[in-house]
Amino acid sequence: MLQYLFRFLVGGTIVSLFACLGDVLEPKSFAGLFGAAPLVALATLGLTIVADGKAYAALESRSMIVGAASFVVYTALCTWLMLRKKINAAPATIATSSCGWR
Amino acid sequence: MNISFNLGALAKAKWYECLVPFAFGGAITVAAGILAKYFGPVFGGLFLAIPAIFPASATLVGKHETDRKKKAGVATSSRGRQAAAVDAAGVALGSVGLAGFALTVRQLLPLCNSALVFLQQRRSGSRSPS
Repeated sequence: MLQYLFRFLVGGTIVSLFACLGDVLEPKSFAGLFGAAPLVALATLGLTIVADGKAYAALESRSMIVGAASFVVYTALCTWLMLRKKINAAPATIATSSCGWR
Repeated sequence: MNISFNLGALAKAKWYECLVPFAFGGAITVAAGILAKYFGPVFGGLFLAIPAIFPASATLVGKHETDRKKKAGVATSSRGRQAAAVDAAGVALGSVGLAGFALTVRQLLPLCNSALVFLQQRRSGSRSPS
């Protein structure tokens, strides 16, 4: 339980810091790069190496490559929906992620 | 491209705009850990690339730009949506970097002897009978 609380605090802090960085940077196309920062990975991999070892973390990283590839498709689709189909940000991002899960 | 800092954006942020990324990021980090524990590292690893702040940040970028236009006297504008779309395009580029990060970690982690790995070895050593 304590491990999960620690994960929550570390993950929340790192994500908040990057969200602040994205807020203050201009232009937004550059600030957007930080939206894809490996935040969950940064928060998780160190803890995973300590708890389960290098081989386990390396295996997770291999799957992360596939996850990142699908993230490229997801964000490209969101951009297309907002620019071409004129759908607002919240419905575009949420609807696209819902389709991905199905 | 001229890159600049606009620290005034932080002063304008409301308290819930700071709380949401913290709660959301923390929850996703915990969820990724639980999924890896119960379904194994291959499935759990997929969630390391989860877009932790993208939906929230794209929505906030759009909202801030729309509010700015409303203050300037423009009632309806597509500026918010366009700003969010540009932000999303930046995230798409960043995702390629994310894949590069994952590939680098995958290749180097088995070879490197980091301080964290040393900690793991100490833990294992303290458990062994010798």
